[in-house]
Amino acid sequence: MDLYEYQARDMFEKHGVPVLPGIVAETPAEARAAAEQLGGVVVVKAQVKVGGRGKAGGVKVAKTPDEAEAYAEAILGMDIKGHTVHRVMIAAGAAIAEEFYFSVLLDRAERRYLAMCSVEGGMEIEQLAVERPDALAKVAVDPLVGIDRAKAEEIVDTAGFPAELREAVIDTIEKLWLVYKNEDATLVEVNPLVRTEDGSIIALDGKVTIDENALFRHADHAALEDKAAADPLEAKAKHMNLNYVKLDGSVGIIGNGAGLVMSTLDVVAYAGREFGGQKPANFLDIGGGASAEVMANGLDVILHDPQVKSVFVNVFGGITSCVAVADGIVGALEALGDKATKPLVVRLDGNAVEDGRAILAHADHPLVTIVETMDGAAAKAAELAAAAA
Amino acid sequence: MAIFLTQDSKVIVQGMTGSEGMKHTQRMLASGTNVVGGVNPRKAGAEVEFPGDVLVPVYGTVAEAMEATGADVSVLFVPPPFTKSAVMEAVDAGMPLVVIITEGVPVADTAEFFAYAQSKGTRLIGPNCPGLITPGESNVGITPANITGPGKIGLVSKSGTLTYQMMFELRDLGFSTCVGIGGDPIVGTTHIDCLEAFENDPDTAAIVMIGEIGGDAEERAAAYIKEHVTKPVVGYVAGFEAPEGKTMGHAGAIVSGSVGTAAAKKEALEAAGVKVGTTPSETATLMREILTGS
Ligand SMILES: Nc1ncnc2c1ncn2[C@@H]1O[C@H](COP(=O)(O)OP(=O)(O)OP(=O)(O)O)[C@@H](O)[C@H]1O
Ligand SMILES: [Mg+2]
Repeated sequence: MDLYEYQARDMFEKHGVPVLPGIVAETPAEARAAAEQLGGVVVVKAQVKVGGRGKAGGVKVAKTPDEAEAYAEAILGMDIKGHTVHRVMIAAGAAIAEEFYFSVLLDRAERRYLAMCSVEGGMEIEQLAVERPDALAKVAVDPLVGIDRAKAEEIVDTAGFPAELREAVIDTIEKLWLVYKNEDATLVEVNPLVRTEDGSIIALDGKVTIDENALFRHADHAALEDKAAADPLEAKAKHMNLNYVKLDGSVGIIGNGAGLVMSTLDVVAYAGREFGGQKPANFLDIGGGASAEVMANGLDVILHDPQVKSVFVNVFGGITSCVAVADGIVGALEALGDKATKPLVVRLDGNAVEDGRAILAHADHPLVTIVETMDGAAAKAAELAAAAA
Repeated sequence: MAIFLTQDSKVIVQGMTGSEGMKHTQRMLASGTNVVGGVNPRKAGAEVEFPGDVLVPVYGTVAEAMEATGADVSVLFVPPPFTKSAVMEAVDAGMPLVVIITEGVPVADTAEFFAYAQSKGTRLIGPNCPGLITPGESNVGITPANITGPGKIGLVSKSGTLTYQMMFELRDLGFSTCVGIGGDPIVGTTHIDCLEAFENDPDTAAIVMIGEIGGDAEERAAAYIKEHVTKPVVGYVAGFEAPEGKTMGHAGAIVSGSVGTAAAKKEALEAAGVKVGTTPSETATLMREILTGS
């Protein structure tokens, strides 16, 4: 889960990383009040989970509360790379002398962590990484050791910080490591890390990604989730413990196992080319060993999506029994009664497939078509969606 | 022969006495796996009875289980909060192969126990994986054993259900070993490790490699194939329709920016001479053509 800058700022503060005061505002009036409260020069910053806000006009320096209000007015509602700005952070303005860069992240390929650091930070860091990669220090971090004092020194010296800043930057990096480690982050990035004119080191912007698998040991992380931004169907599915992602197409998808469901989306889109470009409407994985109830819940979510014109149930029973899947389908259709109007294409294979198919054949529901192969079923579902459109 | 797992493998189950552990130990026994013990410090000394009058002894520690049974494989059905210490224990005991089925392990824990295992020479498979099966010999994990039998195809996949699907599609030809390496951002055994083992396995004639979005493991595997693999490889990549920034079920299955897309992976594999199928069935057909000429 990616955090907003203001959430990252709070996390930094909690672990002793030097940050400036910041106040979140959802209206121009709140922005003005925040600017008045902070006093002096402030920066109005769009809160969206995407980089390059500054370049998109989402970061503005305001010298007065009037200006802060006007900038907030302009920035709220702005679209930055497909993300709508619903909040701004009013941050105390820093007198920046120099901008640096630091990040630590999961290095999937090397199966350890990687720290990156540069004395040339700021909004052009992506360009720097491409054009002058040597100016970006890359230091491997052993997961069993982490960033201790020695490692922080190595990072700072590789990046080439001047002697007078060395201590302060080492100290800040050690604290940023605490954020990474103690919050179960997979990314902590500070750009820019600045030296202010009075010589202090401050993290002016923070990007943090936390590991959702670690929620069980961070009771406070659940509150960081942006419930308002979630799609209502995604929220409903999450409430039912279903692994669901809303997409744009017309063919509702239910399957078991992340890989098979991803593959099902592709196969539907591929088959859909023959039928006016039909596409999958969602990703929904009912998981291993799913019960009839889970199956019925999944169908319930998908059938409530107005964009769905047909549904493709694609199950290869490993642990999941095709009987449970068939029972779930029959049960969900019974519960819906006349409200069920969308055609279902079902492809079952694997564990108890004969019994599962028999249950569906016996129920003989007019909306249900059984197709034996995955490719054939995908084509049928796309065809039905096209016919209903 | 096969890779990583044979009929001689002696398997212990960490977390055997839990509900998942019990269910799958029973299935593993039914598919012929030589399960020689379970581990649970609170039930040490007990014996658990499984259908067919099979009694499996429970040991207090992995080290005790290894000493008593000569076990050389451990499979974990341990919930995420306890997975790290269970893996560390197995590594400390000197277990050669540890298969971690558990889904939902924090990636920091995996990073730590992987680094530790590597320093001690233990091979890990998983986490968040179905395990591996050498059909007709041994089955460690949750793969259904009755889909197919022994044959000459080696299979490596991030996804469990796509593994099953591919085993099913090619069930008449059979497999040497099928390895589900798992869908997490860090896994103990990679596509490359499996490709290398299959290349060196005289019983494997051709390889199916199944990948999915996220990371660059497939691109790296493609480069490896080009340099080191002489056996025919067919590939499949899932996730062309996955939008950027959304996690698709597996913690590792996420496209960030232009990194990790299915299109890039397919392209890399094809550039390495791998035939890549558009659907699982088409992939199976490509493999069938290679092995049977039809
Ligand atoms: N509190 C502040 N005081 C003064 N200047 C600031 C402040 N916050 C940001 N800036 C300036 O605005 C620039 C852009 O801000 P910031 O890094 O927060 O946005 P960004 O565009 O999201 O960055 P990135 O490219 O890392 O995504 C900074 O490099 C810095 O020069
Ligand atoms: Mg920035």
